This record gives sequence, C-alpha cells and structure tokens, in this order.
Amino acid sequence: MSDNIPGFSTLAIHAGAAPDPSTGARATPIYQTTSFVFDDVDHAASLFGLQAFGNIYTRITNPTTAVLEERVAALEGGTAALATASGHSAQLLCFHTMMKPGDNIVAANKLYGGSINQLNHSFKSFGWSVKWADPDDLNTFEAAIDDNTKAIFIESLANPGGIVMDIEAISRLAKAKGIPLVVDNTMATPYLCRPIEHGADIVLHSLTKFMGGHGNSMGGIIVDGGSFDWSAGGRYPLLSEPRPEYQGIVLHETFGNFAFAIACRVLGLRDLGPAISPFNSFMILTGIETLPLRMQRHSDNAKKVALHLSGHDKVKWVSYAALPEDRHHALQQKYMPKGAGAVFTFGVEGGYDAGVALVSKVELFSHLANIGDTRSLIIHPASTTHRQLTDEQKTAAGAGPDVVRLSVGLEEVEDIIADLDQALSG
Amino acid sequence: MNHDDYSDAYIKGILDEVNTVAMIGASANTVRPSYFVLKYLLSKGYDVWPINPGQAGKEILGQTAYGSLDALPDTPDMVDIFRNSEAAAQIIDQILEGGKLPKVIWMQLTVRHDEAARRAEDAGIKVVMNRCPKIEYGRLSGEIGWAGVNSKTLSSKRPTLKSGFQHRGLTGKTRG
Repeated sequence: MSDNIPGFSTLAIHAGAAPDPSTGARATPIYQTTSFVFDDVDHAASLFGLQAFGNIYTRITNPTTAVLEERVAALEGGTAALATASGHSAQLLCFHTMMKPGDNIVAANKLYGGSINQLNHSFKSFGWSVKWADPDDLNTFEAAIDDNTKAIFIESLANPGGIVMDIEAISRLAKAKGIPLVVDNTMATPYLCRPIEHGADIVLHSLTKFMGGHGNSMGGIIVDGGSFDWSAGGRYPLLSEPRPEYQGIVLHETFGNFAFAIACRVLGLRDLGPAISPFNSFMILTGIETLPLRMQRHSDNAKKVALHLSGHDKVKWVSYAALPEDRHHALQQKYMPKGAGAVFTFGVEGGYDAGVALVSKVELFSHLANIGDTRSLIIHPASTTHRQLTDEQKTAAGAGPDVVRLSVGLEEVEDIIADLDQALSG
Repeated sequence: MNHDDYSDAYIKGILDEVNTVAMIGASANTVRPSYFVLKYLLSKGYDVWPINPGQAGKEILGQTAYGSLDALPDTPDMVDIFRNSEAAAQIIDQILEGGKLPKVIWMQLTVRHDEAARRAEDAGIKVVMNRCPKIEYGRLSGEIGWAGVNSKTLSSKRPTLKSGFQHRGLTGKTRG
C-alpha cells in the first residue's frame, strides 16, 4: 500500500487483516484456541516480559481478536485498541486503568441506563464514584471536576434520547483540567462520528450494537487516541510508575502513544479477565466490513420513520437529531453530518400504559433490550432498561413514562412504518 | 526531510539497509526500553553494539558493551540514540567531527533536535527522530498488530515469516 491514507470503506474491510501467513486464508481465521506454543524458553520469557510482540494466552491476546482491535483502531483514528467481552467490561477496564480508591469521574447524565447503574453502584465496590453533569449546561462539568477527578465520560450520541454532545467544547474543559475525555461512540459508530478528531482521548464501544450489527455477538472495545500525556503530574500511576506486576516496567515510557491500550490489556484484562471469544471477534469483524453501508441505511430509514411519526396524531413528540427542528440538529450537522443513527425516542399519547400497549402490538418490530440489529427493535425504557432508576433519574436520562425507543433496522422502510401505524391505531 | 511524518518506504528502506547498529544508552536493566529494543533487534538478525560507559567491557545480552562510539570495532551502519535531545545533538556533532559517518542516525521516542539533524543530513546521513526501531519493525512486519496496535499499513500480500511460530520479517528482507 502506498502512503496515501485509505478511505473509511477500505479500512472497514482491510485494516488489520493481511492473508494468514501459514495457510493463505484470505478471510481472518478463527483462532479458537486458549494458548500458543513458545518457540523456546527465551521467546517465552520475552513474551511474558512484554519484550516481544506475540501471543501467550487468549485472555491477553488472540490473533483473531487482534485483527478486530486493529480494525477498530484504524476506523476511529486511534493508535491501538483492546477488545473485551462486552461494552460494560470495556468501561470497567478503561476506568480501572485510570483510577484508584477515592477517585471519581465526571459523567454526562444522559447515558445508557446500564452505564448509569455501573457508575452509580458497581463503582462503589472499587472505592470510585461518579459526579453527574448536564450536557445541556457545560458549566456543570467544570463545577463537578475536583482534584480526584480522573476523567470526563460522555456518549457522542446518547442512548436513548438522541442527544448529540458538544465533544469539542467538553474536550477543551478536559484539557484545561489535565484529564482525559472518554467518549462512548456506540450509537454513532466511526462511520457517522470520529470523536478522536474532535478532541476525545479514549473511545469506547459496545461492539454488540452497530459495529457487529447483526444482533448475534457480544463485544466491547477501548480505543487509545494516543493524545493524552499520562506522565504529566504523576496522576495515572499505572502508566507512569514502575509496575511491580512486570518487574518495574514503566508502561508510558515503554509504549509511548499506545501505552493506555497496553495498560488496559496487561494490567486490566490480564488480571480481571473479561476477554472476548475469538468466535465473537470473527462475527463482529464480518459485520464491520459492511458498516458504512449499514449505518447509512439505518440513518436514512430512521429519518423517514421519525418524519412520519412527527406528523402522527398518537405521537406527542419525536426526539431525533436529524429532524431540522430538533434542539440538537446543529450539533448533529457538525459532528455527524451523514446521519443521526438508527435510534431515537418518541412520546406516545397516553403515557406509561400506551407505551406498554405499543410494544405489545408490534408485529415486525422485536420487543427486546438491544439496539443496532439488522432487525427493527422497540422498547419502553421506563418498564425495562431504565426500570431500576428513580423517576427523577428516568426523566433526566430521557426515559420518562411516555418514552418509546426505536432502533430502526434495515428492512423496507414502508414495512417499518406500516407496523408502527397498525400498533399505534386503536 | 519532513521529520514530522516519515513515509513507510523511508523507514523500511533504512531497516532493510542497515546491518550493524550502535546503541548509545543501551541498558543492562531488563525492564528498560533500551534493553527491549536491543533484544528485539538482535532477534531480527541485526548486529547490535551496546554503548554504555558503566557497562564497558561487560556483556549485555551476550554482546560486548563499549564505553563510547570511538571504542567500536568498526563504523556502524546506524547509530541509535537513547539519550535526551541535547545530548543527542552533542553526539551528532561528535560523529560529524570524527569523520567516520554511519549511514543512519536514529533518535528514540521523545528525542528530537532539528538543527543537529540538518547538520547530519548535510553530511549525507539519513536521520529518523522521535521513533522507535522496534515499534517501526513491528509495525511494518505486522507483528505489532498482535498487540492491537494500529500499524497504519494495509496489504493483501502474505506476511513474511521468519524462524519460529511468532516471528515475522519485513517483506523482501532476506536477513536471518
């Protein structure tokens, strides 16, 4: 390949995936093995000491998963990546690498409900805490940051409310405070938005959603933007201090601008263990090859459905950033001009009971707790994904009693609209 | 030479061209980056001469360490510098004054001195700054992808296997 930077669709198919050197297999083989033999004792020592590149054990690295990692790093414009068993475990390893007991993160209060649970509750067991901020008032981020704050965490396109974050403005706040900006890009995918280009330092994904895209495999990933100075001020000792786990190695000094991804792997994944299955990596890689085609169709279909529902007499409101009158439309045009993704919310006339009735009557839509499938999906967050939250938290997260969330699939859009019409009627 | 952004062809050309490497600042401490790079370059078939005054006459990874460039048995193809930027500039000036010129002067991550680099280039020496030869070799051979690192290369050609199971080389390179 020449030094010209390949386009996005080329990277989606080729990045990380040369032919298999042993067999010539052109598709990435599924290396469904736990372990890899060493050439000799010295080779083993080099691998265990991080002195050589190579594979030891699938909990740490795997050649199929490595292709997935390089693929996503390339698509996001990052220096390296670490794939995990799920999006949730990607978050865990990311924050585990930054934080010690007593530390906190400042997070947007518009997040996936499962993430709100993780940060509010599971964080406490590690001695970590979360301070919530309102993305519609950026002053609340600045006010929440204290001496123990180790990161700002946002979703580029928040689930489920369709809220587009002002990534560049929040990045400036983070840089002024000397902390990294962590952006979950699950809903937008790098096809619609590349947060690192807007100042994000770390990008996270649930690969389970649009990256895999077919609703068949769980996965998550941490992408290292390569931009943050982990040694300044000595506030991130897993990266800047000699590590007893590896006889005193200093990871930032040794691995430079991809040290964060390495630290998440050799300290986090190695010791906490949420490794992705090589089979899942293969399935997600196959999905990523068509990501540009799918995300455009998802976005085009969703916009047509959102426009239809905007004029529907059983619908009170529609929150979708691609609609010109939407309050996040200007930010969508700036950060994800090709489309606003597949997921949006709307309010049904009749509140909680009408929401429950709608999800019961659909025939084509599947009532389930996922997004980013080829199939159209529907859920009533107040009775499901956001059920554990208080009423105030539900409303703050965009999951009030009348809210219905759609993940618009790749079927004929006329069929999608007809199913919603029949379910809303009567 | 644009020292902000080297082409893959420039870097690969250097890694293919050189056989002997003098490593200034090579450490005997097994967790220091210079030890990692020394071990890696040896595994790829390069002759590496460690330079470290504190280790002169002793061996690091089986290689005799020297106290200075002047003490080397021959002029190396490449001088790899694990020192800070100011020290690197002084080393370059000593090389230029001494007259035994290597083909390449390589400065490690965070090490960069544009004026000294220009003087070396004026003398016909190729210069690389703020890069690591281990990372670049791993990137261009595809090995670094095993760690999830973005190699920023694409190829539909078969990677080059060297000895062992997990040991790749640069395409077209016959060494080792």
